[in-house]
Amino acid sequence: MSPSRLYTASVMPPLPLSSFNVSSNFCTEENISECILYINQELSSLCFPPIFQNSDSIRDLDAVVALNNIHDLLQLHRRAVGMMEELEVEQLKSSSDLHYQHLTNSRLKDQLELSKKENMRLHERERQLETNLKTLQNCLKDTKEEVQRLQGIIASRAIQYNHDIKRREREHNRVKERLNQLLIAKKENKQGMEVLNYVGRSDGRRCLWKTGKTESRHEGDMYKTLLSEFDNRQRELMVENIELKKVLQQMKREMVGVLNSKKMSQKEEKQSNDMDQTNSDDDELLKGHPEMSCDHAREKLTNSIRQQWRKLKHHVERLDSQASMVQDEDSEEVISKQLHEEEMERLKLEIQQCKEFIETQQQLLQQQLNTPCDEETAAVLNDSYMLEEKERLKEEWKVFEEQRKNFEMERRNFTEAAIRLGHERKCFEDDRAMWLKHQFLNTPFADQMKPQSRMADEFSKHSGREEKLISISGKVSKSHL
Amino acid sequence: MNFSEVFKQSNQLCKVSPDGKYLATCVQYRLVVRDFNSLQIAHLYTCLDPVMHMEWSSDSLFILCAMYKRGLVQVWSLEQPDWHCKIDEGSIGLVSSRWSPDGRHVLNTTEFNLRVTVWSLCTKAVSYIKYPKACQKGVDFTADGRYMALAERRECKDYISVFVCDDWHLLRHFESETQDLAGLEWSPNCCVLAVWDNCLEYKLLLYSLDGRLLSSYSAYEWSLGIKSVAWSPSSQFLAVGSYDEKVRILNHITWKKITEFEHPATIINTKAVVFKEVEKRPVVGSEDLSIHQLTVDNSLFSTQSKYEITQLPAQVPVIKPDPDRANPKIGISALAFSADNRFLATKNDNMPQSLWVWDMQRLSLLAVLEQTAPVRCFVWDPRRPRLALCTGNTKVYLWSPAGCVSVNVPVEGSFQVLSLFWHCSGSSLVLLSKEHICLLKYILYNVSLSCHLIGILFRRHAVFL
Repeated sequence: MSPSRLYTASVMPPLPLSSFNVSSNFCTEENISECILYINQELSSLCFPPIFQNSDSIRDLDAVVALNNIHDLLQLHRRAVGMMEELEVEQLKSSSDLHYQHLTNSRLKDQLELSKKENMRLHERERQLETNLKTLQNCLKDTKEEVQRLQGIIASRAIQYNHDIKRREREHNRVKERLNQLLIAKKENKQGMEVLNYVGRSDGRRCLWKTGKTESRHEGDMYKTLLSEFDNRQRELMVENIELKKVLQQMKREMVGVLNSKKMSQKEEKQSNDMDQTNSDDDELLKGHPEMSCDHAREKLTNSIRQQWRKLKHHVERLDSQASMVQDEDSEEVISKQLHEEEMERLKLEIQQCKEFIETQQQLLQQQLNTPCDEETAAVLNDSYMLEEKERLKEEWKVFEEQRKNFEMERRNFTEAAIRLGHERKCFEDDRAMWLKHQFLNTPFADQMKPQSRMADEFSKHSGREEKLISISGKVSKSHL
Repeated sequence: MNFSEVFKQSNQLCKVSPDGKYLATCVQYRLVVRDFNSLQIAHLYTCLDPVMHMEWSSDSLFILCAMYKRGLVQVWSLEQPDWHCKIDEGSIGLVSSRWSPDGRHVLNTTEFNLRVTVWSLCTKAVSYIKYPKACQKGVDFTADGRYMALAERRECKDYISVFVCDDWHLLRHFESETQDLAGLEWSPNCCVLAVWDNCLEYKLLLYSLDGRLLSSYSAYEWSLGIKSVAWSPSSQFLAVGSYDEKVRILNHITWKKITEFEHPATIINTKAVVFKEVEKRPVVGSEDLSIHQLTVDNSLFSTQSKYEITQLPAQVPVIKPDPDRANPKIGISALAFSADNRFLATKNDNMPQSLWVWDMQRLSLLAVLEQTAPVRCFVWDPRRPRLALCTGNTKVYLWSPAGCVSVNVPVEGSFQVLSLFWHCSGSSLVLLSKEHICLLKYILYNVSLSCHLIGILFRRHAVFL
């Protein structure tokens, strides 16, 4: 029952005993008999004796009974009211108890929450402390190891120091002994150099006096050496730098090319536009001065290369992931693996064969080196080889001799022919001279025809002879050839 | 390839003249000069005491013989065998002696490093340099012979003096920022001087020719520091080997580290080739043990060896150093660049049987040679990228990018190769044992290369001779 109902029930006023004159509408002048009947019924239901006797319509009220009934009813009423009051009090008590219980319940719940939180916090703290403990233990272990290591180092350093000290002490003692010796010894061995004659300098020049000029010359030489070294190094570094820059630019171009040649999606188009932008920037910067080494250009180049490389890397990764997802390519790979394995087997077999071959070769070589006792057969073999060689040489000699003889003969013939030619030429010249002489001496002016004809005849004779001679010489030369 | 006969020497004193024509050896107190090609004795000189140090002058005309016990230096002339020169340091003692680069001055360091005396063979002039420092490498000449750098120590501070070798004029004298200078070395282009501190502090300083500090490099603090330093022939790189088993390469432009080479005990780098020397004792049956065989055929006692390629990952044998001794045997003690700048050979002291070869173009490990005994000496060919090494047994080992080869020295009795060096033409090797020398001539690059190819082309065994 809700407290409000209880309250209303308890607040409900008791039956007004004193307000008798408040006329209830139950009984009026007209319905007295019905009322009497009704009240009798009610009383009988309550186990009271009826107040009215059932006589024939005489309103005969049994006053004693009625008063008893009224008295009983009043007592009942009083008892009921008392009981109600008690019940009300009890109800109040229990409701307040309940309320109190609720309050304590909620309070306890809150407390429970708090304690749970506290518990969690403590667990957490414990965990942290444990991890702290572990790290501290590790630190301790490390520190202990470090300490041991340092102790080892200290020990070795101490050994080294002791060794050094002992060595120095020994040397010190030796120096003291020597000093004593020198103090005691009477004759002093003088230092000196004996030389037969002084030798010239290795570069042939004379020694120079030490002056301020030579000193400055030495300084100058030293700085020259250093400078030339710096120059060399700088040159080398520059050359290297230029080469590396070229390589970087080429790499960048190639990367751009590779990325551009792939299928263009919108995103990639945008990227390529960006790339073109950056490319054009770089080109502008580096066009005029490809060897420019200002920081800005260098940074730009390296940044653009890094960018391109990142893009390429992403692209390759994407391709890799695509390839791994595609199932159809597996069979291809399997086949290629098989082929690969077959190749490997074949190559291994080849290698084995070659190895065996080489081993046999090696054995044979070893045998050759290690057989000293077959000297006789070796000698015989050598001899037979020698004989063969000799015979071959002999034959060749024969051929050479024959050829030489032929050459000799031909040469003789040629010389003979040449001698003969010479003789005949001489004769011809003599005859000619004689004939001319005769002609000039004997020719009168009248007989011009005769001598001319005679001259012609003579000439023809001579020319014939000349022809003969020419032909002979031709023959000789032909045979010579 | 052929081996010459064996000659005597003492104190490992055997040097080839700078022009390559003569070979000088010292046998106790005698100096024997031979013609290199014919090995005939050209000159014979006698010194006053057993010779401790011998050096050719740069023009191959004079030889210096130093006898430290008596404090004497004798100089002999090749052109005029009658010429003699004797420098007596007297009671002041002698600790080291060397030529100047022009071949006409002798620099003697007296006992206790009291001073350096510069004796001239051309004039009567004598110069003295005070307070020289006694350290690993306190004097260095530039490659062109014009300048000399000398480390000095005055009042507990390190100084560096730069002299002009022409007239011994002091060009620069400046304080060095090292705690205890251990060494200095000029770069091959004569413009930069690398100065390093001793092992208690890792500090490398780079000074320019005129004394300015160009840069300072320190890889770490407190632990033992630099053990060895080498310039590359082109002056491009400076390799610094340290006690932490790493080599750091600095570049000549910024003087910052470009890379560091580690020497791990397990090699997992797949591009490197690990050559392991495998010894094979010849199996001897009882009928072979005749006296004839024993005396004539010394191959009975000499083991033959060849190289095998080990599969990666490979383990390198490590020897832990004694922690209670000074200068522990750990760290990179030897570095050498090849003449063409392309390769760097390193030796790590706690892996004494291994030699590491690095490719300078790729800045990565190229090969590891694992020998059966600690590597004693390794030298690059002065002309070609070829490395010769010895481990104190009777073999010489050659490595080139094509492969490696082990060559047995066919000498009666055993010839333990303790050190070796190349002739300046790169076609011959001089091998030194305790008391003898032997020459290995006409090592043609192509011949050895073909031998390598037969063996190595398919990564199998190498040919042994």
